[in-house]
Amino acid sequence: MLEANQILLLVTLVAPTVGTIAAATLPAEGDRAARILATVAAGVAFVASVLLMLSRSTQVLVDPVPAYPYGIVVSPWVELDLPWVPGLDLRFHIGVDGISYPLVVLTTLLTLLCALYTCWRVPDSGGGPARGRHLAALLLVIELGIVGVFLALDLVLFFVFFEVVLLPMYAVIAIWGGERRRHAARKFVLYTLLGSLLLLVGVFTVVASAGTADLVALSTAAGPAMPYGVQLTAFILLALAFAVKSPLWPLHTWLPDAHTEAPTVGSVILAGVLLKMGTYGLLRVAVGVAPAGAEAVAPVLGVLAVMAIIVGGLVCLAQSDLKRLIAYSSVGHMGFVLLGIATLTSIGFQAALIGNIAHGIITGLLFFLAGAIKDRAHTGTLRELGGLRETAPGLSGLLGYAAIASLGLPGLAGFWGEAFAVVAAFSRGGPFWIVLGVLAAVGAALAAAYFMRMLRQVTHGPPSPAVSSLAPARLVSVELASWAPLVVLALALGLVPALVTELSAVPVEALMGVVGSP
Amino acid sequence: MIDHTALLPAYCAAGTAVLAFLCDLVAPGRRALVVSVTLLGGLITGVACWWGSRGGSRATFCFEPPDVPGASVLAERVCSYQWDGTATLVGILFATATVVVLGLSGSALREVPAGEYCFLLACSMTGGVVLGASGDLITLIIAMETLTLPLYVLVGLRRRSVASAEAAVTFFVVSVVSTSVTLLGAGLLYGATGTVHIRLLASALESRSELRSVPLVSAAVVLVLVGLAFKVAAVPFHAWAPSTYDGAPLPIAAYLSTASKVGGVIALLIVAVGALEPWLDVAGPALAALAVLTMTVGNLAALRQRRMVRLLAWSSVAQAGYILAPLGAFALASGRSPSAVPVIVTAVLAYTVFYVVLELGAFGAVVALRGSADGGTFDDYRGAARRRPWVAAAFVLAMAGLAGLPPGLAGLFAKVTIVRALLDAGAGWLAVVVALNAVIGLAYYVRAAASLFGPPDPSSAARAVWPRVPVAASVVLAAVTVAALVIGLAPQLVLNAVTL
Repeated sequence: MLEANQILLLVTLVAPTVGTIAAATLPAEGDRAARILATVAAGVAFVASVLLMLSRSTQVLVDPVPAYPYGIVVSPWVELDLPWVPGLDLRFHIGVDGISYPLVVLTTLLTLLCALYTCWRVPDSGGGPARGRHLAALLLVIELGIVGVFLALDLVLFFVFFEVVLLPMYAVIAIWGGERRRHAARKFVLYTLLGSLLLLVGVFTVVASAGTADLVALSTAAGPAMPYGVQLTAFILLALAFAVKSPLWPLHTWLPDAHTEAPTVGSVILAGVLLKMGTYGLLRVAVGVAPAGAEAVAPVLGVLAVMAIIVGGLVCLAQSDLKRLIAYSSVGHMGFVLLGIATLTSIGFQAALIGNIAHGIITGLLFFLAGAIKDRAHTGTLRELGGLRETAPGLSGLLGYAAIASLGLPGLAGFWGEAFAVVAAFSRGGPFWIVLGVLAAVGAALAAAYFMRMLRQVTHGPPSPAVSSLAPARLVSVELASWAPLVVLALALGLVPALVTELSAVPVEALMGVVGSP
Repeated sequence: MIDHTALLPAYCAAGTAVLAFLCDLVAPGRRALVVSVTLLGGLITGVACWWGSRGGSRATFCFEPPDVPGASVLAERVCSYQWDGTATLVGILFATATVVVLGLSGSALREVPAGEYCFLLACSMTGGVVLGASGDLITLIIAMETLTLPLYVLVGLRRRSVASAEAAVTFFVVSVVSTSVTLLGAGLLYGATGTVHIRLLASALESRSELRSVPLVSAAVVLVLVGLAFKVAAVPFHAWAPSTYDGAPLPIAAYLSTASKVGGVIALLIVAVGALEPWLDVAGPALAALAVLTMTVGNLAALRQRRMVRLLAWSSVAQAGYILAPLGAFALASGRSPSAVPVIVTAVLAYTVFYVVLELGAFGAVVALRGSADGGTFDDYRGAARRRPWVAAAFVLAMAGLAGLPPGLAGLFAKVTIVRALLDAGAGWLAVVVALNAVIGLAYYVRAAASLFGPPDPSSAARAVWPRVPVAASVVLAAVTVAALVIGLAPQLVLNAVTL
């Protein structure tokens, strides 16, 4: 029999599934009802994921088992392990721990907010009957895939969930996107499929060598140790796979197109949580399973991460489109997350985890705002916007808040991830890492520069023709409802970073045990 | 003593053909009657295949192995016909494919003579059922020809269609040439070893090392494989496939890309793993090259297609490459180890089963959307998603599956199976090639599926009316789609079935 906590775990996956089927099969007359139904399903999943916190009380610091000198790296608060396809080493093994919990909640929250937003506004799908119910259904499938990735404790299952996201996201961009949606959608799906197939090869490289696909067993210090060569191959394959998803410079070129062309809710999910599948996978799977390989490749990762920060910043300085600017800023922010992981220090891992969450909250909010501005002004070009604070002070104020949070002002969520990624680079020591740290800090300054430039162009000055004819100028209550949680969380996480770091402290220490770095 | 129980599936299949023929003779023009008789016969054949597998494997046409000088003495008798697990699987696959294709033939039968159509299809099924059970090269080649011969006529059966006739001639010429090549290879092998029996061939090739220095034997091995590669439409022996598929009636194209291809794969497996196992170091590199070329060329050519059936044809060429890919691992010593060979064979068979179900789903949806018309171009499918949402959903599922992505979980697990087998056998590079190819593949599968969701083409008002989907076709399509969903959620069913 399942325990209550295991049922909660299942509900986070079952609720989106049921919601999808229900919303997709309702007839066109029930379009609005279907969207509300989808929102309810997303709400159930969100509540279930928050309640998973209750199971944490059962897990007080795992005492190091004698066989595992550093403790078990992945010691889930609650887990569920069922056989599925023994012939392919695939078990339905899911669980949640301090590293995955914040990401699961972020996913369910953002999906709920997006579903809510969809109840009010369905982006144009190029004529024809309203298809809001299909959009809502696809959002829920995407949620299923992402939550599944964060919960999976079996490598093959992880891969299966990783793949679930691809086609629904393609459809969201290709059907409800902007003018160049087909191109952007195709680029997205081909790039990320390349990533996930490398993941498939990487996963079975590990499975063939270690003889198990179980993440708990694979990432214990005393687990099936793989030869150095296999670890290196596996890490390179896995890192490439996750680098496409994160994305890491120079594999990032799908991101600006996809984010710019996707409808608002699509961009929010893409930037907010979909990218995190890459960084989470890098930390949990790639580093956790092949630490020796990680050790060898870390300097390369570090250099690429810093390149992403600098290149992202410079490109942003030259951007003329609001959504594209935010998209490129994601490249830079994810660069900080990857730098944190590349240092292979506990500070770096913590910075990466909190940076992940902060980026999800803040960039989600930024894309909501950019979408709202674009829908009202019918243009996203910075030059044609201007004087927003004259006609829409609420919108403009929120945009300012989100931009400042994103550039890493202390006291708001964006600060911790970036500052501590730099600190981690310095703490790693040696001229190489110190140079990387300095460059990353310069990149952070670039972020300040381009966000200030954006704010000056969009909010200040006399209202442009597009801005003066904004309709509606005021914020609608659904917008407020779907943005408020993000605004509050950005502040809360900025003031109390322990919300995330306390949860992940134990698993990160355990992970450090296998990485065994200074 | 002939074991008639072992032969029961073959009797059923042949009996079906005879019955269909007689029906048409006695009651000419009764389309429904002859089709239902053939359908029933196909179902009975399927059941007989399953029933024949109960109580272990049976064999007939056997003899005591002669004392081949220098060869290790075989403990068991050598048989030309053995009804074992593989034969059961192949038989059931053929019976199912025949039934499905017949179910989809409702619209096509208005254009072709029903009696001949059913008779020829049942004949072809007979060849397929015997193929899986064949224990020597002659039975194998004859079964293969019984499977293919009726198809020459079926491809050209559409009346008043030049394309159809052209397709039939191309197919006929290529197929006859490939059979002669295989026969030549088999003849040379007989000349070198004095036997055509698979097991005796294997033991002769293993024990008589002096054969290694005879170039003719290597040539024979390659000739046999090349001849069979024609049947699978593996590159560079694939050029007949696209025009043949496009010219044939839609259900026959479905049969060609599933049942006929399965026949080729099984024949290749029987020859490569059965007879040539000691020589896999010679056959392995050839198979690896064949697999890499087949998937790459198939995928790249498919990218350029604008016609639906041609796209499916090229995609089936590429899929043949994935099916052959695990055999490519034989090029490495690690792939030839006794532990790796069964894993590889299982992967090939499992992929074949997944592929057949998905391909039948794709063709089923095309038939449902197009009726008696030919496959048409992508533009002819625009607006289908609005007017026929369920058929469109089935098509999307099949395309996603062929691309190897959820929601087509069956296809995902098919890819997982072969990548796993390749990495188990130590052929990581081939797994990477498969992965890169799957990315190319997705580009056109997505385009084909997306064409159904485009706005209807305003210039072609004629297409505003979609043909009514015949009841039989919708039942068959629904059944195939449900089957794809079931094996997607429970792939272990397939994995168990192929490790008989």
